[in-house]
Amino acid sequence: MVRLADLDEPERSHLGTIPCPDFETRPWVNGPAMAARRVAMVSTAALQHRDDRPLLAGAGDYRVIANDAPDGDLVMAHISTNFDRSGFEQDLNVVLPRDRLREMAAAGEIGSVGKYHYAFMGSTNPGGMETAAREMAGHLKADGVDTVFLLPV
Amino acid sequence: MGGLAHFLEDEGLATTQISLIRPQTENTKPPRALWVPFELGRPMGAPNDAAFQLRVLRAALALLERTDGPVVLEDFPDDAPTDTAAQENDEGWFCPISLPPLAMDLAAGGGFKTAMAAEIAGLSTWYDIALRERGRTTVGLSGLAVDEIVDFVCAFLDGRVPENPNGELSLGQNLKFAVEDLKAYYREAAGAQPGHNTGKQMNNWFYGQTAAGTALYALWPIAAELARQRDDGFMKTFANLLLIPASQKFRAEKEEA
Repeated sequence: MVRLADLDEPERSHLGTIPCPDFETRPWVNGPAMAARRVAMVSTAALQHRDDRPLLAGAGDYRVIANDAPDGDLVMAHISTNFDRSGFEQDLNVVLPRDRLREMAAAGEIGSVGKYHYAFMGSTNPGGMETAAREMAGHLKADGVDTVFLLPV
Repeated sequence: MGGLAHFLEDEGLATTQISLIRPQTENTKPPRALWVPFELGRPMGAPNDAAFQLRVLRAALALLERTDGPVVLEDFPDDAPTDTAAQENDEGWFCPISLPPLAMDLAAGGGFKTAMAAEIAGLSTWYDIALRERGRTTVGLSGLAVDEIVDFVCAFLDGRVPENPNGELSLGQNLKFAVEDLKAYYREAAGAQPGHNTGKQMNNWFYGQTAAGTALYALWPIAAELARQRDDGFMKTFANLLLIPASQKFRAEKEEA
């Protein structure tokens, strides 16, 4: 469905030509065996708890999503109107698959799920997220997380 | 997204990710990415399809076992089942809730408010059913009840500038959240009955067949003019980019042509 060729022209050109960062290095971390990994998720869907300060356009900061927070406590503050929200409205897992990750942990396919997941505002210059992302990495490692699954929206 | 993966990997965390826009991932070159042919907004493909979501998740995590880095970009082979079912029935999805017919001139004499109130009266039972069955609602960004949202939006349509309901945010940001809540209320109600639908079909219904959707088209020039008068950058962005999806503007232009 999101093959660029399937989109109408204004959107196709816009999405296909968004400037992207060009990094000089290509870091690569292997990590432990799959069954020993502790996995957390990072979403750019601007998810947040209802009583969080709203994630606003252009902000490079993040919100912390507790792995055990009720689904009903999470809302989406993303600025863009050019993506579907009805899937998220029907099932949080289509954006942040906490249930699926827990099932994999329960089945022993992965080691465990991090205590917290994190959400940024998409449609934001990645350079503006760097400080927050590196700070977040410290929190993830403090929780014993060694593997991060990232999801755009 | 790829930038975040780069920063985290640089900090010693292994990462894998979903890619929705393949050219962006090709340019950013994150360590591991699984491109998926799914609708924007549905990175795991299909709501309420645990088996399919699990397939996507396993495929993304499997990239962590690859040894041919430092850049791995793999394609997920299948379309989302929701998309397939909806496309087979492309013209067939319609809102199962019968709404009052749209008046010819909604802008006259508080017509938008009357029409939206009537629609919400028709939708409210289904919104409540959706809330009960899903155990959650995503309405709530603005902090306003749905009838308060209608009053807030209609004040702009009536040529007034309403009081900012939350002084911690700009008027434009509050209007953005109110509009998102309004759309979510309609979609959650309309999606209460079982059946496959895509975001495009839901948007075609909302923007093409409801008074609320028509109201947002009417709000567009009003918000743009307010932005000009107040030199309000966010309100300008809201009016021109964040109010009506680009695909819906394109659809409306096609229908008028």
